[in-house]
Amino acid sequence: MAQFRLPPNSRVAAGRHFPAAPGATQTRRFAIYRYDPAAGATPRLDTYDVDTGRCGPMVLDALIKIKNEVDPTLTFRRSCREGICGSCAMNIDGVNTLACIQAIDGIRGDVRIYPLPHMPVIKDLVPDLTNFYAQYASIKPWLQTRTPAPPDRERLQSKEDQELINSPSACILCACCSTSCPSYWWNSDRYLGPAALLAAYRWLVDTRDEATGERLDDLEDPFRLYRCHTIMNCTNACPKDLNPARAIAATKRMMAERRL
Amino acid sequence: MSLKSPLGRVLGLGAAGEGPGHWWAQRLSAAALVPLTLWFALSVAGIDAGNYYVVDAWLSRPLNALLAILLVLAATYHASLGVQVVAEDYIHAPGPRAVLLGLLRLAHVALAVGGVFAVVVVATGGAA
Repeated sequence: MAQFRLPPNSRVAAGRHFPAAPGATQTRRFAIYRYDPAAGATPRLDTYDVDTGRCGPMVLDALIKIKNEVDPTLTFRRSCREGICGSCAMNIDGVNTLACIQAIDGIRGDVRIYPLPHMPVIKDLVPDLTNFYAQYASIKPWLQTRTPAPPDRERLQSKEDQELINSPSACILCACCSTSCPSYWWNSDRYLGPAALLAAYRWLVDTRDEATGERLDDLEDPFRLYRCHTIMNCTNACPKDLNPARAIAATKRMMAERRL
Repeated sequence: MSLKSPLGRVLGLGAAGEGPGHWWAQRLSAAALVPLTLWFALSVAGIDAGNYYVVDAWLSRPLNALLAILLVLAATYHASLGVQVVAEDYIHAPGPRAVLLGLLRLAHVALAVGGVFAVVVVATGGAA
């Protein structure tokens, strides 16, 4: 049956407060979700006052400053700090986005930071993406052909062919879209979610791929594809301005097209 | 506790090979409901719907009875498809889910048959 109240170990309590360093002129308050499964305690919301005058402009800059200078136990993923690796995806001010390209100035009031919604939490802002990556693997994200590759050159694409996959292949698998989708929250064990379906679409429309029919067969399922109820949080959330909702709609049209 | 691989879990029992039919039927019944609902609302607004004899006479006209039956069928079919999705979304235990889906389908069949039967009875003057 549907669960309407969070289980006890998901209810967030008030946490510790870390004031800004003496001499700080412009401070912003960061309220950050903290959870350590090894500690056996329920999650808490720690607050940090950060001197933004001595900090880079992005939310990730503040997180790194907190970790380096205030609280080394704060745990989060980050790598490229320029919006291309997708590691620092988190829920900032109620929106799933990348901490490295979200400006602190773009947020009014306290900066509230939570891990991506409705995923198991490994520690603090680090969600367990095992199922998410397995779903990506399940759509066979590689070229499948029967025609042998030309011996002397690559498989050719026209400019128009390339434009079909240009946008969907820009996905960085940050999981902002899938974890913003209520349908994915309720049924992520069977629904593939917008990220995996955008990846599937990328191969469905690749003119070099010859497994379109098999790919559609694998998606032809009330849960894998059709749990999408066109809520479109995915497209709203995507920090790369991609459109998973449109890709899913196009996939449903292909499903209809091969039957009608 | 199971050591089944994450990919094995995702692949699960495989694709059911269903979905496009439901998707298409939901859209088709929705499209049918637009003119049928408009016709019904305008018609009922145009007659003295509080008067038994007026409604009886209105529904006894063949075209009205035919459209009323179509409305009942389209509405119950569309509702059945929609409620099925809601149940699939929120009921996760396989046993209760199967029972509920079965009961919902039977209830909508009963609604459809009951509605058509009612229209036929009125249209053919059977209740008088």
